Amino acid sequence: MVKRELTNQMEEVEMSVEMGDQVLGSGTTAPARAAGVTKASRQVSDPVMDLQKVHVFYGDYEAVREVDLPIASREITAFIGPSGCGKSTLLRSFNRMNDLIPGARVEGKVLYHGVDIYGPDVDAIEVRRRVGMVFQKPNPFPKSIFDNIAYGPRVLGRSKKDMDGIVEQSLTRAALWDEVKDKLDESGMALSGGQQQRLCIARCIAVNPDIILMDEPCASLDPIATAKIEDLMRELAEDYTIVIVTHNMQQAARVADRTAFFTAEVDGQNVRHGRLVEFDLTEDIFLNPRRSTEDYISGRFG
Amino acid sequence: MPAFEFFQTVPITDFLFGTEWAPLFADPEFGVLPLVSGTLVITGIACLVALPIGLLLTAMYLSEYAADKTRRTLKPILEILAGIPTVIFGFFALEFVTAVLLKNIWPQTEVFNALSAGLVMGVMIIPTVASLSEDAMSAVPRGLREGAYALGSSRRQVTLKVVVPAALSGIVAAFVLGVSRAIGETMIVAVAAGLQPNLSLNVFEGMQTMTSFIAAAGSGDQPTGSIGYQTIFAVGALLFLMTLVMNLFSIRMVRKYREVYE
Repeated sequence: MVKRELTNQMEEVEMSVEMGDQVLGSGTTAPARAAGVTKASRQVSDPVMDLQKVHVFYGDYEAVREVDLPIASREITAFIGPSGCGKSTLLRSFNRMNDLIPGARVEGKVLYHGVDIYGPDVDAIEVRRRVGMVFQKPNPFPKSIFDNIAYGPRVLGRSKKDMDGIVEQSLTRAALWDEVKDKLDESGMALSGGQQQRLCIARCIAVNPDIILMDEPCASLDPIATAKIEDLMRELAEDYTIVIVTHNMQQAARVADRTAFFTAEVDGQNVRHGRLVEFDLTEDIFLNPRRSTEDYISGRFG
Repeated sequence: MPAFEFFQTVPITDFLFGTEWAPLFADPEFGVLPLVSGTLVITGIACLVALPIGLLLTAMYLSEYAADKTRRTLKPILEILAGIPTVIFGFFALEFVTAVLLKNIWPQTEVFNALSAGLVMGVMIIPTVASLSEDAMSAVPRGLREGAYALGSSRRQVTLKVVVPAALSGIVAAFVLGVSRAIGETMIVAVAAGLQPNLSLNVFEGMQTMTSFIAAAGSGDQPTGSIGYQTIFAVGALLFLMTLVMNLFSIRMVRKYREVYE
């Protein structure tokens, strides 16, 4: 079952990528793409976000070591890898959420449309308005469903008369409107886990970001709720760039256009650092896993 | 029970609505309003001091703005302040706030006045209010803050629109506890506000509160069973009733406005 889905998904991905190539006119053919990480990276022409030699530290501890990674526009990029390999940490450097953790610091460049978001003139608040985030545990505000969605637009200073429209639009977009339209004044906390997570996605969409980061958005959900969120992600990828961290390999295979594989590497002092092992089209990562392992062992990526 | 005996002698309407309080005089008057107004005026001043400083500034700063190290240093100091004996606050009000500050700014200030007692009482309850509301705010899950920050809110917006509403029940509880301490406070008012019952809103005049009457009358030589003795219990019962009503009211307010996050 999973396998069949996976194959179907691969075909879809293949198609969408080829269509993308035609539009972009990159001229790269599929076999060339399969040749390795450098070529796959090069394919991401005009990346919406581009990490260049990014290291993330917590105090003296280097949690993520030297990552180069472009994020393609209107695609889903998945981060997979074992626990403690720095996936979430890296994701949180995309919208400067790491700023909130005392002692956390990012080295290297995190370019958003060519601008380093850790640059001296950049306002973290402005970054977060463009790069939204959905968290592992659904975290709706203890306010009404309406107020949950309206929070972001209100902070942005959107006028009151637009609010009903924004709320309906965002909830519709997050495939939640039909379930909640009659109880908009009830607390967002009263919804089920899956609905809460879609509420959080709707809340994120309401401020109309460019990129949506999802940190294991289905980790606390049952399979049905997970399937709904995954469908939603595919739909949203038509308009938004999505970066998702997941522990679930199948999930990455089902939804992601590209996949980055991270692992924790132990250095000479017995300290673990997160490293990017391989970044490629999802199909290549999953259909030729042996190659990535082999390359990893032979040190080409290590 | 002496309170019941009191109301057999004095009609309850005379007690509640009378404007003269002189129960121990040869020609006694039992209107409790001057004591109630004195209590409310002084407590009100204390709230005006403690609400903005204790709640809005101190608690919000400690919970949302201060670095971890600062908070761990400041909070114990704040809590030590809560342990200062109130008689010391009382003399601070009389000898410093009245004599040095108020007399210079407003020379007509009486030696015993409601303003200095209220101000100092406000300072006294700041630690209680600030420390408890900071606890309530720190207990708000990190996920809520992160959700708000991720939508591009500033720190001020996160604090005022997410953290404070979510912690509201704890904050109100902290404030009610502070106000209850203020209403029940005796030493500061007895020392700094004087013992003259005074139905007035002029805060530069001396006033007597319900508690300071009880203290003064109780330490005098009222024979057991006399009307003066019973008066103490009547005032005490009213004081109890007032705090009870205030607590019930605040519980209702909390039920209505709080945001349950669990």
